[in-house]
Amino acid sequence: MAEPLLRVERVFKRFGGLLAVDNVSLVVEPDRITALIGPNGAGKTTLFSIISGFLASSAGRIFHRGTDITGMPPHLLARRGIARTFQIVQPFAGLTVHENIAIGAHLSRRSRADALDVAAEVASTVGLGDLLDRPAASLTVAGRKRLELARALATNPGLLLLDEVLAGLNPGEVAAMVPIIRGLADRGVTTLMTEHVMQAVMSLAEHVFVLAEGRIIAEGAPRAVVGNPRVVEAYLGHGAAARLSAAGAAHV
Amino acid sequence: MRGPSIRYIVLVIALLAMVPLLTASNVVLNFLVVALLIALVGQGWNVLGGYGGQYSFGHAAFFGTGAYVTAILQMRYGVNAWVAFVLGIAGGALMGAAIGALTFRSGLKGSYFALVTLAFAEVLRILASVAPITGAGVGILITLDLRPQAFQFQSRAQFYWIILALVAISLIIVRLIEQSRFGAWLVAVRENEDAAKAVGVDTARVKLVAMIISAAITAAGGGFYAQYFLFIDSGIAFGPWISVEALLAPIVGGIGTVFGPLLGALVVKTLGELTKLVAGDAPGLDLVIYGSVLIVIVAFAPHGIAGLLADLRMRFARLRSSVPEGAHG
Repeated sequence: MAEPLLRVERVFKRFGGLLAVDNVSLVVEPDRITALIGPNGAGKTTLFSIISGFLASSAGRIFHRGTDITGMPPHLLARRGIARTFQIVQPFAGLTVHENIAIGAHLSRRSRADALDVAAEVASTVGLGDLLDRPAASLTVAGRKRLELARALATNPGLLLLDEVLAGLNPGEVAAMVPIIRGLADRGVTTLMTEHVMQAVMSLAEHVFVLAEGRIIAEGAPRAVVGNPRVVEAYLGHGAAARLSAAGAAHV
Repeated sequence: MRGPSIRYIVLVIALLAMVPLLTASNVVLNFLVVALLIALVGQGWNVLGGYGGQYSFGHAAFFGTGAYVTAILQMRYGVNAWVAFVLGIAGGALMGAAIGALTFRSGLKGSYFALVTLAFAEVLRILASVAPITGAGVGILITLDLRPQAFQFQSRAQFYWIILALVAISLIIVRLIEQSRFGAWLVAVRENEDAAKAVGVDTARVKLVAMIISAAITAAGGGFYAQYFLFIDSGIAFGPWISVEALLAPIVGGIGTVFGPLLGALVVKTLGELTKLVAGDAPGLDLVIYGSVLIVIVAFAPHGIAGLLADLRMRFARLRSSVPEGAHG
């Protein structure tokens, strides 16, 4: 088998007495959407921060296109083509939407004019085309999530790490965002997304890893994973799977 | 990024350059030379503080380095004044690199960064007040030699044109930074450092380069000061007064704008002179009025005078565009 785009190998992260990430291994294959799901506090964002270089792991290694990138600082990872969004959006608040995205585009373009051109183009693909001159601080939550996505996309990444870009959106806004994310794969962007909006994950991801209490408890195709009793228990509590199947049987 | 065109900067400088043709008054010219000196030093601060968001309380470190290198090379080593002045700028840049490397490498931000820069300036002031090479407590007197090749002039007008040229260069440098990728990265660091890292900005390096440019511009002010007043000591060169002037001008004028430091320096210096006139001989009263007016300016124009002007212009434009529709105010 060829080397995957991203390989996380036996990664641990300890915060004092808390083992936030416990022996996690996963692979991201190119040109598709992989999801990392799990209940709140499972360690998804911690794992993301480790992969994107914002946090050092306690142990384990991470490989990108076969190169060991463990401990590489975020800006070098970005230059390798790994871009991320933040769950708690981090706009350049004092700048306009256009300027925000242009800073992403500057990664590969020195000229201001070129960066602004690319930014305008990216803005229209995520539906921010009409808001270019608006201050980033004036955007709604949905707008800011799009801005996160646009700024990351403007760096022209090969691997995009989306940290809960759908969280906090209403169903209409989620429905608007889903096709944008699906369109990324068509543009040759491989995506690893964390999410707890299950429905969106089901329709987007081709491969799912389930994280609970810092461990990968299941992986596979979305349909197979949500039927897994361990996954149901992780989300709904101990014994839930048994109760659910009992209830299901009673209805039949 | 939006900002004034280079042509506009040249126009403003050309207008200011005509002042000595209109008046030969030493009082007026001296006032303007000092105001422009503060504008230059403030522009240095503005590169790092206004665009990079790193608020230094210790720009005296760079001003003093520029002043002392210029003075020491001339008086102790017989170096030509102009060469000494240029080396003073280089010395300031080097000091910026050293302090920047130490502070940014250790990840100092916000108030910690401000305090540590203040501490560096104070350490330099104390060292300069005891070291023999800086003239210790006595300071350094630059020998009077009123020849252009010694960077000394008979008339204030010539000094005025030189400091104006330095200000012009600093304005153009800052405008070029605004239009460059480096400038976009610098502003990104100011707005959100984590987000900047995530899009590939080497934030430590960007801050360091900004610090070096900032320090070099401020050091030019120090070197000019030495040539203009022909005397420096540790309190003048590394004293807190210049660190305060350096940040006051851009804050009043509008931080992170090309013309902010120049506007601010002119306003602050005019205000200083006016309050002295109003307060007369009552000791300290001028400072009370001066302080109060500054508080009012900062309270009503939080983005400085440049921000206030931009606001007014936008409101005026909106008013005009809404008139044909007979719309609401």
